[in-house]
Amino acid sequence: MAQFVMPQLGADMSAGKLLRWRKKVGDRVKRGDIIADVETDKADIEVEVFNAGVIDKILVQPGERVPVGTPLAIISEEGEAEKASVSPEALAGPPPAAPPAPVLPPVIPLRTVRLHISPAARKLATDHGIDPAAITGSGPGGRITLEDVQRAVQAKAAQPAPEAEVDRQTRMRQAIAAAMARSKREIPHYYLSTTIDMNRAMAWIAQANLKRSVEERLVYGVLLLKAVALALRETPELNSVWSDGKAIPSADVHVGVAISLRGGGLVAPALHHTDRQSLDELMKNFRDLVQRARAGSLRSSELGDPTITVTSLGEQGVETVFGIIYPPQVALVGFGKLVERPWSFEGQIVSRPVITATLSADHRVSDGHRGGLFLAAIERKLQAPDTL
Amino acid sequence: MTKEKIRETILRALGQIAPEADLAQIKPNLRFRDQLDIDSMDMLNFIIAIHKELKIEIPEADYPKLLTLDDCMEYLASRKGPEAK
Repeated sequence: MAQFVMPQLGADMSAGKLLRWRKKVGDRVKRGDIIADVETDKADIEVEVFNAGVIDKILVQPGERVPVGTPLAIISEEGEAEKASVSPEALAGPPPAAPPAPVLPPVIPLRTVRLHISPAARKLATDHGIDPAAITGSGPGGRITLEDVQRAVQAKAAQPAPEAEVDRQTRMRQAIAAAMARSKREIPHYYLSTTIDMNRAMAWIAQANLKRSVEERLVYGVLLLKAVALALRETPELNSVWSDGKAIPSADVHVGVAISLRGGGLVAPALHHTDRQSLDELMKNFRDLVQRARAGSLRSSELGDPTITVTSLGEQGVETVFGIIYPPQVALVGFGKLVERPWSFEGQIVSRPVITATLSADHRVSDGHRGGLFLAAIERKLQAPDTL
Repeated sequence: MTKEKIRETILRALGQIAPEADLAQIKPNLRFRDQLDIDSMDMLNFIIAIHKELKIEIPEADYPKLLTLDDCMEYLASRKGPEAK
């Protein structure tokens, strides 16, 4: 017996609305089957099931919006033991009361002054999704006391939940604001940057594409993704997730790709096992992922488990992007626009296509030295495109 | 293939990559990416859709000839139109 719960599809999701069931009571399901469609603040997601079995009971009806972790259905297991997605604790108890990513007020006030607040008061505020900076302190020197926070919590509880009629755009902005504010609040970022000669990579692609039909042609973006994935093997600590005060290295490399959505906002679904895919597979899957992201048909596994994010803002014409880490990940790689620049090569100044790669990384997990080695490994791999 | 059929094919391919776009409002001489909020990956998917529907190979060097509706019409007419060889 396993509970199928409302999954957390990214740090910026605290609740989801069940749109429709794709299966009914009595239906047999296997790992990876799409069982339901769920609406999040960002997109409509096809939710996959992780257990094999038969649907025993449906607990939440279409149209209901429930917090992450709420049981949606009961699946009775049978046959071979599949890897259970539901932990014993989740089976034993009610859904966690506090969603992991509290949705903050849409506007995060910018404060440059240091807040006077006790750790206990700060924790209480954070647990309830309240920005401490928005609380007026009544203690000595404007210090925010535990009582101040308790009052703010009560005031928040008294307000009607800001449900329903907020449009998707607004909710997406709020979700991004919550995740990014949390990232900047909790993660001590450091940033590195390097310029990479793309001459060999571009020449290799042009040559490779001559032999390929329209559908099989590669874009240089897939070389970047593969180079990042392979470089992570040399600095595996950057391919971790932060959980309970420590970094847990991920056995698999699932590179999340930041994809901007028409009309605003973005999602960063994963290309699973990026390091093990051939360039052809990556290209096909990348293309498919972008199309589905923009059409709003992503799958739950793609949003739930990226282990690092790559953002490529070259399209907009900027040369450098310093991104904000997407919790619980601990690193983000940025690529700017591919530009022709003067480049010194064997004592000559030549014109070369170059790209600026940046790393935003979590200083709790890695240092600039290791981050530098990682960027250097990306550069080295891009100089040998035939090995990607 | 008539010009009208080619035009329909182009619009159908655009509809696949930008389902929310109002295709009736497309300005024929403005680049798709400047009026539909699409990027290079969308353009690639657009070209692949054209390739599949019309069953023609489109060399990478010809991609710049497919940036506007007018350009697409002209290029595809030369490849698939009544006067195509």
